[in-house]
Amino acid sequence: MSAESAPAADFSAFVRHEDDGLAAMNLLVEGIHCGGCVQKIERALKARPEVAQARVNLSTRRLAVRWRGPDAAANDLAAAVAALGFAVVPFDPERAASEAEAVEKELLRALAVAGFAAANVMLLSVSVWAGAVEGMGPATRDLLHWFSALIALPAIAYAARPFYRSAWRALAVRRTNMDVPISVGVALATAMSLFETMRGGEHVYFDSALALVFFLLIGRYLDRRARGKARAAASRLLALRATAATVIDVDGGRRTVRSDALRPGMVVFAAAGERIAVDGRVVEGRSEIDSSLITGESLPATVAAGDAVFAGTINLAAPLRYAVTAVGPDTLLAEIVRLMELAEQRRSRYVDLADRVARHYAPAVHGLALATFLGWTLFSATPWQVALLYAVSVLIITCPCALGLAVPAVQVIASGRLMRRGTLLKSATALERLAKVDTVVFDKTGTLTVGRPMLAEGQAHDPADLALAASLAAASRHPLALALRRAAPEAPVAQGVAEQPGSGLSLKTSAGEIKLGSRRFCRVAEEDGRDGPELWLARPGRTPVRFGFTERLRPDATETIAALKARGLQVEILSGDRRPAVARVAWALGVATWRAGCMPAEKCARLAELEKTGRHVLMVGDGLNDAPALAAASVSLSPSSAIDISQNAADAVFQGEALAPVVTLLDVARRAERLVRQNFGLAFAYNAIAVPLAVLGLVTPLVAALAMSGSSLLVVGNALRLTRGGRR
Amino acid sequence: MNGLLYLIPAALFLGLLGLGAFLWSLRSGQYDDLDGAAQRILFDDDDDK
Repeated sequence: MSAESAPAADFSAFVRHEDDGLAAMNLLVEGIHCGGCVQKIERALKARPEVAQARVNLSTRRLAVRWRGPDAAANDLAAAVAALGFAVVPFDPERAASEAEAVEKELLRALAVAGFAAANVMLLSVSVWAGAVEGMGPATRDLLHWFSALIALPAIAYAARPFYRSAWRALAVRRTNMDVPISVGVALATAMSLFETMRGGEHVYFDSALALVFFLLIGRYLDRRARGKARAAASRLLALRATAATVIDVDGGRRTVRSDALRPGMVVFAAAGERIAVDGRVVEGRSEIDSSLITGESLPATVAAGDAVFAGTINLAAPLRYAVTAVGPDTLLAEIVRLMELAEQRRSRYVDLADRVARHYAPAVHGLALATFLGWTLFSATPWQVALLYAVSVLIITCPCALGLAVPAVQVIASGRLMRRGTLLKSATALERLAKVDTVVFDKTGTLTVGRPMLAEGQAHDPADLALAASLAAASRHPLALALRRAAPEAPVAQGVAEQPGSGLSLKTSAGEIKLGSRRFCRVAEEDGRDGPELWLARPGRTPVRFGFTERLRPDATETIAALKARGLQVEILSGDRRPAVARVAWALGVATWRAGCMPAEKCARLAELEKTGRHVLMVGDGLNDAPALAAASVSLSPSSAIDISQNAADAVFQGEALAPVVTLLDVARRAERLVRQNFGLAFAYNAIAVPLAVLGLVTPLVAALAMSGSSLLVVGNALRLTRGGRR
Repeated sequence: MNGLLYLIPAALFLGLLGLGAFLWSLRSGQYDDLDGAAQRILFDDDDDK
């Protein structure tokens, strides 16, 4: 294995041992796009004699491999996959096995049972309805009813559990949600139908109850699945960052451990270009640290022995050894997590639209049913059993079947559309909150800019100077050096370049020393009024040449900001970077309101201030310093290049270099909100027609079945308009 | 009328058979990788390793 392709992790730390003596390992493989990739990987692994099983899951991009032999073979296997051109990262399936997957499977099982039962009971019901016309005898009808009961009772007991549980949870905290009227409606319809069956009655509602459960489960499953997919994709991005650290033991030996196994006092080695795993203090080495993800600072800082380094930053220039100072709750990271939890508690008070509707809907429906029962018993000669029948039919007909589908149907379609455009929606209520947004707050580094500097335009450089500088720069990973390299990619790579971390690069030639680096390193006279990041090229006997750099904005940042303003949204920038850098970006984008040098807590405070004035803020950020603000904003978005914790805090994650997804997201959210409201309107219109019939006792099981299916189809059909509109 | 006594249980039995088959396929992980399953039919080699 060559030095430059050495994997960051020692894979043998992730090997599990199975009962049959086989070693097993799970890997996340990035870069799989099609069946061909799957076949290539599986074939390569199976060709090795020790491999017993290799299977790639194309949906989750996971590879499960089992082999006979030592754990150390893990590294060879991982290298074999890496050699095919795929990036591999180990992961712990136990940790990755999500609760969400289990819930999804349970819903699918419930859906299958409900579907089976609904179809069979419907068959029997159709016979009864046909029999009523053809003159079926009561004995046959009762027999069919009994068969229906036989199927429906266990099926409802099993399949409606998700609703009972959710309703119970809501009631336990003295609240009500959509599942309360659903549970009451289904339970009462079933109980009454059983009673009717026993006394040989004419009308039973088993089919309605089952159809209801079936439709609602479809909505619930689709909802879960759409968000589960987004979550899986997001967690895949996160897991790719899962790090292992190289610990240097007292005897000088090196071993790889998972970063969660690090303890204070351990000495960790960080190669150039590697991410710092935990908070620590440098004991040996001099390098530069890129902390743009943590503090939002766009230029790297120089560190030497005694300086603190923080988890999540990247060591750029030279190898470092640092002693672990803090793990777990003591780290900078944990401090930020605490801020976030505080913010999230505040946000979790948000109640989604469906539940807000349910708050009024459930009491109204239950009141109406009670009024129907009392009305028929008190003001007519109807026996109480029949009055109860009417009351229950009110409950069945008002059961929020269409309401239960109104929101999920729109959400599923909206999040599917966003996903195809590279935006993953993680939170269920994000769309609703997005539709309300009237202020957009951006972080600068990594959000408005791509976090990489580039050579400023308008400097008349001699191409030969640029080529020389670029050939020296090839030796360094410093962001400015990389930018020079990008500006002149065809320049030859100079040999024998020495790097002095924090200062610059030098190359000894027969004519003397050529230097590329800071103003001081190149011995240029102090300040000349030009600010911003710069590099100087100094050669013996010639005037030093200056290369100025600017941050590169995301390609469509200007258009995006303009589009946001055109929609009447207020735009702000909150950055942790220095004043001049922020001012430049704000000016370039035409953003009037901006703040520089913000600490995480200050960002939160500004958001709180905005919200106090009644604004709904969309926070877009990527750094660790943004994470608390992301959690505090009414809704938040982060690019997929963001640090893990920010992606976790954000409601949605967008991929790619463009900033346009911000606008797309807001547009889709607003359209979705409109459709949800229309759907509610349709559902209420349906109730306005059906409820009087039910109150008057005119709803037979046949009418109930037709009305319910009809309204559900209407609502789903309306939701589908979201896809059609988007293709214009 | 008498026919119903045989036909309904027979129909239910067949339905249950289908339900059971679905639940079995769900448990044995056949729905875990729908994207992959769609591609695997195109693979040439048929080893089960």
